[in-house]
Amino acid sequence: METFILAFSKPVWEIVAPSILDTLYMTATATLITAVFGLICGLLLVVTDKDGLRPCRAFNAFFGGITNAVLSLPSMIVIILTLPISKLIIGITYGPKACIIALSVTCIPMFARLIETSLLEVSKGKIEAVKAMGAKDMDIILKVMVPEALPSLIRNFSVTIIALISVTAIAGSFGAGGLGDIAVRYGYQRFRSDILIAAVSTLLVLVEFIQITGAVWSKRILKKRHLI
Amino acid sequence: MSVPFIEFKNVIKTFRQQDKEFPVLKGIDLSIEEGDIFGIIGFSGAGKSTLIRCVNRLEKIDGGSIRVGNYDIENLSPPELNLYKQKIGIIFQQFNLLDSRTVFKNVSFPLEIVNKSKKEIKERVLELLELVDIVDKKDFYPGQLSGGQKQRVGIARALVNNPFVLLSDEATSALDPVSSLAVLDLLKNINKKLGLTIVLITHELDVVKYACNNVAILEEGKIVEKGKVRDIFLNPKSKTANLFININENFLRNDWADKGEGI
Repeated sequence: METFILAFSKPVWEIVAPSILDTLYMTATATLITAVFGLICGLLLVVTDKDGLRPCRAFNAFFGGITNAVLSLPSMIVIILTLPISKLIIGITYGPKACIIALSVTCIPMFARLIETSLLEVSKGKIEAVKAMGAKDMDIILKVMVPEALPSLIRNFSVTIIALISVTAIAGSFGAGGLGDIAVRYGYQRFRSDILIAAVSTLLVLVEFIQITGAVWSKRILKKRHLI
Repeated sequence: MSVPFIEFKNVIKTFRQQDKEFPVLKGIDLSIEEGDIFGIIGFSGAGKSTLIRCVNRLEKIDGGSIRVGNYDIENLSPPELNLYKQKIGIIFQQFNLLDSRTVFKNVSFPLEIVNKSKKEIKERVLELLELVDIVDKKDFYPGQLSGGQKQRVGIARALVNNPFVLLSDEATSALDPVSSLAVLDLLKNINKKLGLTIVLITHELDVVKYACNNVAILEEGKIVEKGKVRDIFLNPKSKTANLFININENFLRNDWADKGEGI
């Protein structure tokens, strides 16, 4: 109980607070990159699927294979593997900036697969209907598939951000900084349970916030469309 | 005799799955006159949907030819094909409206994708919503509409590009009898008002009897009978036509007879 109270004392937060900014910075930047590339990859997977707008078996198998390969790597391994890339692009291999590439590489395949799932939920009938009107592929993607799947896309997006946050915690132990780093260095290695509790509860609040925001936003759209 | 507006000549369509072949259309010959309401009736699996999907080129045929107006639809360049598709309206059993768009936006979709001006779109869409009598719901989402209302929006959407043919793929099969009748009346009305050729596929005899002038009976990928609706059903020759009539007449009667009530 004493540690729990200590966890909310000023000296503890003087250590924890700066790392919150690091975590937010890493998460926000990696989210942006993941969103862009994940969306592109997810669309490519759906479009080249055998029932997609432009079926291409070979490409789909190849691209899907790469996606699965990266997806199956433990995030720790991805972090180690991408360190040379970070060195090449950013010039350093430690600190929040350096781990952004690792975070993105870990989460892009996951987001791509989630987007694929969401987009495949759009009924074939709707897509056929607009195809029959002579709609071009770009119109079908941007004006039909994405808007129709939006509530589901938003939910999956929040799941992805949460995954990113949890990877920042792992990246923390590879010198990325952030809440994960604090939790490991102070909480685990120096037995500072108060700091551990502070770091973990901050992560918890962050995750809850993202989860609830995603759910509420998605629900609001469904309500507007009178689908629930 | 005038040249028919739509002409199928020995149309063949085969689906392939792995190494197996499933012939769906086995040589369809059919002529449909301009301004007609033409019914194509058959049981599930007869190939009705495939036939209609060949007309709007959601499927490519494997043999024969289909001509619609001046379009020999198997020999169109991609831009011609897009133009052709815009000139074929279709309505569906499941309506296939976009849930993310309001009624207005659903009807405007076909115009949006051909880059019509905002003003032009607004005028045309309102005109169509008036035609199908659903202007008051223009800012509603499909989720707020009944089946009958959804289908009316579907009809407005199908007509917005001034098509020269309207295809109806079981458009009333998901509706209750009252809405079905209202939708069929609307189709008849549009046919009369605009002189629009309508091809209606269905598995319901009543729909054909009520709305169509001419009918073709599709049985396992072949047309087994065609002609005026009245002639066909007063003097049915094919197995399918007889079956349709018998089912229609006996369904309820037998059911009641079993319960000892009779009619």
